[in-house]
Amino acid sequence: MTFRIGPRTSQIIAYILLLVMTSITVIVLFFIIVYIFNHGIGQLSLEFLTDRTREMGKEGGIFPSIIGTLLVTMFAIAVATPLGVGSAVYLVEYTRGGLIRRIISFGADCLAGVPSIIFGLFGFIFFVIKLNLGWSIISGGLTLAVMILPTVIRTAEEAIKAVPHTYREISYSLGGGKLDTIVKVVLPTSLPGILTGIILGIGRAVGETAAVIFTAGSALGIPTSLFSSTRTLAVHFYILAREGISMPKAYGTATVLIIIILAVNFIAYRLMHRFIARYY
Amino acid sequence: MKDKIAENILLLIAFSAILSLLLITFFIFQQGIPLIFKTGLHNFFSISWSPTKGGFGILSMIIGSLMVTAGALVVGIPFGLACAVFLAEFSSPTIQKTLKPIIELLAGIPSVVYGFIGIVILVPFIRETFGGPGFSVLAASIILGIMILPTIVSISYDSLLAVPNTYREGSYALGATKWQTVRMLLLHAARSGIVAGIILGMGRAIGETMAVIMIAGNALKIPGSLLDSVRTLTSTIALELGYAAGDHRAALFACGSILFIIIIILNIVAIRVTGRK
Repeated sequence: MTFRIGPRTSQIIAYILLLVMTSITVIVLFFIIVYIFNHGIGQLSLEFLTDRTREMGKEGGIFPSIIGTLLVTMFAIAVATPLGVGSAVYLVEYTRGGLIRRIISFGADCLAGVPSIIFGLFGFIFFVIKLNLGWSIISGGLTLAVMILPTVIRTAEEAIKAVPHTYREISYSLGGGKLDTIVKVVLPTSLPGILTGIILGIGRAVGETAAVIFTAGSALGIPTSLFSSTRTLAVHFYILAREGISMPKAYGTATVLIIIILAVNFIAYRLMHRFIARYY
Repeated sequence: MKDKIAENILLLIAFSAILSLLLITFFIFQQGIPLIFKTGLHNFFSISWSPTKGGFGILSMIIGSLMVTAGALVVGIPFGLACAVFLAEFSSPTIQKTLKPIIELLAGIPSVVYGFIGIVILVPFIRETFGGPGFSVLAASIILGIMILPTIVSISYDSLLAVPNTYREGSYALGATKWQTVRMLLLHAARSGIVAGIILGMGRAIGETMAVIMIAGNALKIPGSLLDSVRTLTSTIALELGYAAGDHRAALFACGSILFIIIIILNIVAIRVTGRK
């Protein structure tokens, strides 16, 4: 006689197993954040945030890295936004299926899967060496711009697609041209959705290490121009942790990094939900 | 007239993504591929990596990359799928609405943070429990497995939700339990999405750099056990790019070329799998 588990029993076993595994997953992910915060919150002070970094990070604060992160990220967004939103507008408003659309979509999808170290290699050889921009905010920003471009394109595309067709028809019937309709009707309506993509891009740019360490470098001073090398928060944290320079400072930097990224992603999430609630 | 100009400008902009992809491909290959032929395929796929003395064999790193990626999948797939099935089929809308965004929010945690957690918690734990240096295939597999969870959960969950409700109702009407429905019907119906999620997770694991450098130990040999130190293609690039010059730098771009080829193949497979739905 073979032993068989009845469907009801197996249902219960499966349920418990799935519940346990899901709980483990969620707990592990939470644990990571709580652990870092637990060790890092005590390090945070106005001084830590506004002081210069001294003795390679053993002493002082993280002010130069905050400025560096801000500048590199802003540069990346300034480049990626027009390219990403422009691409999305073209995809939705000017193509009806067809080869061009497939090529552009394929490019965005493939680019989204490229690992950051490849962007680092590319940025290093192209921006730093061939274009002779050196290790600089510009090189780092351009590299990150390429990296976040697919996120901006995809999110903007979805947002523009969600604008009801009647909006465009009303604009045309009032004598608006195609460009007028896009600029005055489609873009303003889809703005929250477009912003979501840009903010998600900011989150990725802030947390990135491999792509910026070889393009923006790791100089510790406060940058004086866009051609200065700089060290972003993520790179600073990586160097502190890997070279064992200062564990307390590493926890502090990680806490700042995580707070920024959670806040940025949370804002993106809220914006998207408001947008979805309105148009879907 | 104004509309025509705008359309042409937008067309140019729209090619920015594919143009970037082509530029990346061109420069990585242009820097790396000549060295592969100069070294000879036989030597390039050997185990002697001594780049300052002209030894450019990357076999141990390819094996290292494959080992940690396989390890990550062993950790990531069961937990990721369990999470997706539980969220999509066994939990109330409230739990779905809370947990899904939380898991996606966690996808944004930077890889250096995962690596750091590996250094301060996982590596000492492995060292004390199982012996060895702690910096190991096992440590890298577990951390990478956790890192690819959000990708697998999110995509599998979406494809489970996309299965029409009539399938479930039909199955229940035949007297099947919820678990039987999941196992015999839904997992098959959502297969393409689940496979795509796993492939994308695989791409993320094989391409991950900073977390792996921090916890894998980076010793230059083929690991004999899960507790041995391991070095991947990505860690070699990141560890040596800072000081490499000449053929050595070209060899790092050659590593990048191999990695890039693997990633593009994985991407194309993932795009195809989802496209055929």
